[in-house]
Amino acid sequence: MDEDVAIIGVGQSVFARKCGVSVRELCFQAYKEAMEGLDITKDDIDASITCSAPEYDKQRTPSGLISEYLELTPKPAFYVESVCSSSSTGVRIAWSLIKSGLHKVIAVIGFQKMSELTSREAAERMGRGGDIIWESPFGVTMPAGYAMYARAHMAKYGTTEEQLARVRVKNSSYGVRNPKANYRKELSLDDVMNSNVITSPLKMFDCCANCDGSSTVIVARGDIAKRVSKTPIWIIGLGAATDTMTMSGRKSLTGLECSQEAGKQAYEMAGLKPEDIDVAEVHDCFTVSEILAYEDLGFAKPGEGPGLIDDKETYVDGRIPVNVDGGLLSKGHPIGATGGSQIRTIVRQLRGEATEAQVKGAEVGLVHNVGGVGQYGNVTILRR
Amino acid sequence: MGFENFGTVSFTAEAKVADFVTYLEQGKVMTTRCKNCGAEYFPPQMDCPRCLGTEAEWFELKGGAKLITYTTVQYGPSGFEDDAPYTLVIVDFADGLRTFGRLSRDIKESDIKIGMELKVAPVKQANDRISYEFQKA
Repeated sequence: MDEDVAIIGVGQSVFARKCGVSVRELCFQAYKEAMEGLDITKDDIDASITCSAPEYDKQRTPSGLISEYLELTPKPAFYVESVCSSSSTGVRIAWSLIKSGLHKVIAVIGFQKMSELTSREAAERMGRGGDIIWESPFGVTMPAGYAMYARAHMAKYGTTEEQLARVRVKNSSYGVRNPKANYRKELSLDDVMNSNVITSPLKMFDCCANCDGSSTVIVARGDIAKRVSKTPIWIIGLGAATDTMTMSGRKSLTGLECSQEAGKQAYEMAGLKPEDIDVAEVHDCFTVSEILAYEDLGFAKPGEGPGLIDDKETYVDGRIPVNVDGGLLSKGHPIGATGGSQIRTIVRQLRGEATEAQVKGAEVGLVHNVGGVGQYGNVTILRR
Repeated sequence: MGFENFGTVSFTAEAKVADFVTYLEQGKVMTTRCKNCGAEYFPPQMDCPRCLGTEAEWFELKGGAKLITYTTVQYGPSGFEDDAPYTLVIVDFADGLRTFGRLSRDIKESDIKIGMELKVAPVKQANDRISYEFQKA
């Protein structure tokens, strides 16, 4: 186990529409939570990986700025990006750098300060999210991409808008208890169903909100992890995959192939099956995304994802609790910080410290983090 | 002439496949087939990662096409504010090519059915812009 890799610290800032602090101060909030209580100092961190989506940043090359503010210089600082799954990619890179012997303790810092952009600037970037020659000139958006998956799933399997809405009802019931969530109101089925259509069939409450936030994951070599942490959480499965940027390149429109492939790799590396997972965080940027994740990760057969939410199997006392911290739908989605926040939730679950809603006796947890409309898939399996 | 007048908003102009726009002006929606190995592509591309060929021939996208999925966008990004609502679609041609684009505004949202037969056609838009759309077959 000394040669294995573990997570020893996790933290996140409050996710909010407007954080009111600078990017470096925002990152410090998550870093502080991750480092507190650990028997190490900044001098033991021998590299940092910063994760964000640079098109939303005013600061160029933020890895250097954050490294300076945390006094991690002259240790090397790297920057990784896979849009919404950047910080899961960061943890994968950290694992590799530790396994290779190059580094021993790495801070993975994810952030996004979406409020630095005016809404006009944000809308301009939204317009360039697709292939800028072939798809953006038609006005494609992120919600539109997922809406096309929702429509195809409805057509093939008879999935209903009510079933999508039930995902938001569930996640809002946990978000209300999460002090770090942006949206902390409980929503009824009627609230979701009666909200404005954004891009059919998705309505306002089917969608997560952009916001400001940061996350930190401290990753360490096994021998160090055992020495400095009471409860190291072991990284036992990693999967990463891609799918096409163009929507026309997608072979399936009823499931995300990048999730299926990343999940397969992670299960294989961990030597586990979907039924071995005690608690999961999945990338619910939209309600339909959570339904697709149930199926793509093997919690339900293709087409049977909606049944899981109908039967409340993904609630905290269900067969496979999912997003019992409120999910992206309640927490908000500060692009580069999101994966680290999901990892934080699973680490807290496996340590038995999840105050929002603890899954009893959780030993193995899964994090599913997707960038773009199913473009970059990351699945991480953790064990207590 | 490149992609500077293609679609509602264009973001870049140069590409080896800019003839796509010239063909649109001539009334045809075309895509490419690798001259070396015969692989067919949509969107069109001159370069073939399968055989490393760099020459392709153009052929017309025509014949039966079927609606795979769609969404009607109510809030567009910058430059599309006055354009919404509009419907984006994914459409399969009989030979297996999967394509993306806009649905004709002549089809009401309540009349859209997944699996419906469509055809593709070039369309001239305001301000000398040109695009293509899917229409009732």
